[in-house]
Amino acid sequence: MTAAAGTTIWRELIRKPFFWGIVAIIALLALNVIKDPTYLALSINPNNGNLVGNLVDILRQAAPVMMIAIGMSLVIATGGIDLSVGSLMAVAGAVSMEFLSAAGDSFGAALAAVGLALVITGVLGAVNGVLVAYVGLQPFIATLVLMLAGRGIAKVITGGQNTTASNDSFRWIANGFLIGIPVVFLLAVLIVIAVGLVVRRSALGLMIEAIGINPRASRMAGIKPKGLLLTAYIMSGILAGIAGVMSVGSVMTVDISRTGYQLELDAILAVVIGGASLAGGKFSLSGAFVGALLIATLDKTVLYLGVSSSATPAFKAIVIVVLCLLQSERVRGWFRRRRRPRPAERLLQKEEVSA
Amino acid sequence: MSAVSVSPEARPVGTIPDRARRMITANPSVLPTIASIVIFVGMVIFGEVAYGRILQFNTLSNLLINNAHLIVLAVALTFVILTGGIDLSVGSIIAVSSVAGVMLSNAGWNVFAVIIAMIGIGVLFGIVSGVLIRYFNVQPFIATLAMMFLGRGLASLLSTTPERLGEDSPIRWIGAQLKIIDGPKVNDLVITPAVLVAVLVVIAAFFVLHRTRMGRTVYAIGGSESSALLMGLPVHRTKVLVYVISGALAGLAAVLYTARLGTAQNITGIGWELDAIAAAVIGGTLLTGGYGYVLGSVVGALVLGLMNVLITRDGGIPPEMTTIITGGILLVFVLLQRAVTRRRE
Repeated sequence: MTAAAGTTIWRELIRKPFFWGIVAIIALLALNVIKDPTYLALSINPNNGNLVGNLVDILRQAAPVMMIAIGMSLVIATGGIDLSVGSLMAVAGAVSMEFLSAAGDSFGAALAAVGLALVITGVLGAVNGVLVAYVGLQPFIATLVLMLAGRGIAKVITGGQNTTASNDSFRWIANGFLIGIPVVFLLAVLIVIAVGLVVRRSALGLMIEAIGINPRASRMAGIKPKGLLLTAYIMSGILAGIAGVMSVGSVMTVDISRTGYQLELDAILAVVIGGASLAGGKFSLSGAFVGALLIATLDKTVLYLGVSSSATPAFKAIVIVVLCLLQSERVRGWFRRRRRPRPAERLLQKEEVSA
Repeated sequence: MSAVSVSPEARPVGTIPDRARRMITANPSVLPTIASIVIFVGMVIFGEVAYGRILQFNTLSNLLINNAHLIVLAVALTFVILTGGIDLSVGSIIAVSSVAGVMLSNAGWNVFAVIIAMIGIGVLFGIVSGVLIRYFNVQPFIATLAMMFLGRGLASLLSTTPERLGEDSPIRWIGAQLKIIDGPKVNDLVITPAVLVAVLVVIAAFFVLHRTRMGRTVYAIGGSESSALLMGLPVHRTKVLVYVISGALAGLAAVLYTARLGTAQNITGIGWELDAIAAAVIGGTLLTGGYGYVLGSVVGALVLGLMNVLITRDGGIPPEMTTIITGGILLVFVLLQRAVTRRRE
């Protein structure tokens, strides 16, 4: 009996959208351990009691990707896409750094910088949303414009410079520790949980999925798709802003050409790893969470194996192509044909014929 | 563009405004193309009045020389967008193809082998995106976005530093400037083989799109894929083929650009997707597919090129604004298209 219970638990676990993500993370970590047996070692910094180690680094790196992946999940669930998240991160970084370099080193300034960055990225997200929901543009075109123009906006904000600022409270968001765990990771987890509660404990998530499955049917069922679409894009913009604050906070410099560069692929990848379909209609925030962790692990592993960091997009592109292939009907058909026993198939066909 | 394709049957009747009105009512999608020509002429006049030295041989020939690769890319995107698809990978294909080409050339390969290899890389990328889109139902922008990152990553794997083409490499000849009219001072009409190649590409694309079965199928797919399928047109083959054409032309653009610049880098061509899409859209190609003219896209590419010239001439506009302005223009034209198509509905 215990064995049977064990197998059902296993089966449920395998069905979870993020199961294969976790398997991949473990595989990557194992690869690192083979190269360096002490890779997983965590130690405590005697001076301040903080955890130190590669795993902690991975958690810290994963935080910004988690943010944009959550936003991207919602947008993709509506059947759209937001290609502008990476550029919005750069905009958020540029805004907050410019503000801080003028406002100086105080807690209030840090708060205002974060607020200002989120307002501006929220507005830019709203621009995407209006173009998609009210004007009726294809999502990827509407957001492609901002993906490429966004970096220009960031450059204009900083005047083409990589602005540096110093503010301890702002820096604490990205570099600080709370009870030994990086603040940035705790913050990311809290935001994921908050978004998850809002979306899953209310009908909001269901309505977003309904739009993605069939916009016309959802409208006939009494859902107003336009407002919801706008909300999804604004959310994505704000979350990209948070990600931008997190990623510039660790070095307190915004590099307008590198901050958030190509992170839209990371976000899409995290969402797809998490089991969501790029065609829209379903999303899994826990899946996106695991997906973001996997990407951070992949980034670190590739770097650790001595490959240039600018080459990682190639690996990610291959992963995303493979996942897209696995999602496609044709490949699924191949597996189904192989798995299904012959007689049952014949029976099914007979039934179809008789019906 | 529109005038060329429509004028033969419209010529016998009426005056010019009458003809124009007839053309627009018969086919509202020519509006953006006409708008792009008007904008181009307007920009030339504005530039001539405000800054001077626009309407002369060396400025105009430089415009062509500096934008030969963009014209080729715009043609590539026109094919894909006409079918209702999109190709975001062209910029990265240029990066990987030019870096690989320069490295092969410096390794002592024959010129023709290098050029064929550079175009071949583009063809390979095109085949992969085409197969993903056609056989595995991946959305075009996802498939080509993956190719965009794959190309960028492969280019970085090859080299992360600028690769310099040998000074005596015959590839440089493609970018060599040939004087046609020797004007006073520096005001010469100059042309490069690259410009000729671009012109040939445009002529070939025009012929393929308007005078062959394949071109007809491209337009039919963009109009309605299921109707094209029901009509028995080779939809599947053509859909893969447009991405292969787009990839090959991107490879060719890499040859032209590398020949002119003499160096290749893994960050070459970032954001050129937007330029090429913008050129096609400004030229009147509908993003939903089915309407558009390859000559319009050429005008679109020249509008973008001229915009860059005017921005540098002005001096008051920071160069960072270029992408914002390009994006803004693209947005305006997409909205214009949206308005036109909505009225048709």
